[in-house]
Amino acid sequence: MSGTGPRENIFPTRMALTNTKLRLKGAQTGHSLLAKKRDALTTRFRAILRKVDEAKRKMGRVMQLASFSLAEVTYATGDISFLVQEQAKSASFKVKAKQENVSGVVLPAFDVDRVPGTDFNLTGLGRGGQQVLRSKEVYAKAVVTLVELASLQAAFMILDEVIRATNRRVNAIEHVVIPRLENTIKYINSELDEMDREEFFRLKKIQGKKKRDAGKADAEREALEAGNREQQSTGTVSQAEEVAGVGESSDLLGTKDEDIIF
Amino acid sequence: MTTAFKDRNLLAVIGDEDTITGLLLAGIGHVERGKKNFLVVDSKTQVSAIEATFQEYTERKDIAILLINQHVAEKIRPTVDKYTQAFPALLEIPSKDHPYDPSKDSILKRVQKLFGD
Repeated sequence: MSGTGPRENIFPTRMALTNTKLRLKGAQTGHSLLAKKRDALTTRFRAILRKVDEAKRKMGRVMQLASFSLAEVTYATGDISFLVQEQAKSASFKVKAKQENVSGVVLPAFDVDRVPGTDFNLTGLGRGGQQVLRSKEVYAKAVVTLVELASLQAAFMILDEVIRATNRRVNAIEHVVIPRLENTIKYINSELDEMDREEFFRLKKIQGKKKRDAGKADAEREALEAGNREQQSTGTVSQAEEVAGVGESSDLLGTKDEDIIF
Repeated sequence: MTTAFKDRNLLAVIGDEDTITGLLLAGIGHVERGKKNFLVVDSKTQVSAIEATFQEYTERKDIAILLINQHVAEKIRPTVDKYTQAFPALLEIPSKDHPYDPSKDSILKRVQKLFGD
């Protein structure tokens, strides 16, 4: 029997064969679609990877600049860190998430959402106000870079995961589902052939038996007929006499009857 | 996971004093019912405290991006390397005293690995 690999546990009928063939076709279509999706995602992924790499390096420079401007502030006004930490109340620098669709995968992207106004209106009031203001701007710019990087990175994480899942599915279809369906088809075909052969053999057998029975019946009939013929040859004489008797009385018109008046 | 990022709009920081000050000046600080979205780490801060804060920030539903100084991330490296969620996005940033080293970044390590094979 063929279909040595794993196959589905179904009853081998023509209906099942049709169904399995349809499913095999579906699996093949799905495989090619998933492979296309994987390629599209991988292209996107590589682009993002390059951007992440770039952005990370840019971030290093930007943060350095920002640290430097903070050093200026510290030089001009003294340590403001405690003040700033205590005055922080509610965020004026927030992000907004929006989404982008890459072949069915929702990728997040963060947008900077800045509310004018700040918690630190009095910081640097005594001296160094200008430095504080500039530092604020520099840091805001740095954070914008960070936000961009973060959205790239989030997209990177999600894409990584989705590509993994897609790869898994492609491989599962290629190496498990399709061979199993093919095995099932082979199995059904071989079983159907086997049934055909059995059927053919059965018909032959029946035909042989019928022939034999017919021969026997013929022989019997012949024997019977032979017996009949013998019987008939003895009975023909009396039959001939009878016929002759009938012939005499049957010719009513030919002979004249005296009793007939008209 | 992918649907739950709509209401995330805060940034959180774990870092040294200068980094925090600068980022707070930019206006990312948010204090709600005594809960801050930033943690100042100095030489006296316990590793367990950093780790607890890291866990808290990664589990909070309103934080979109978690910034962490690289030298702080280095202290809790196993936890950071294990973190693979997309939200909040984890970002290692350089600090004033510790220049940025791309080879230590957990994301860049993955990038290198992916480009490698």
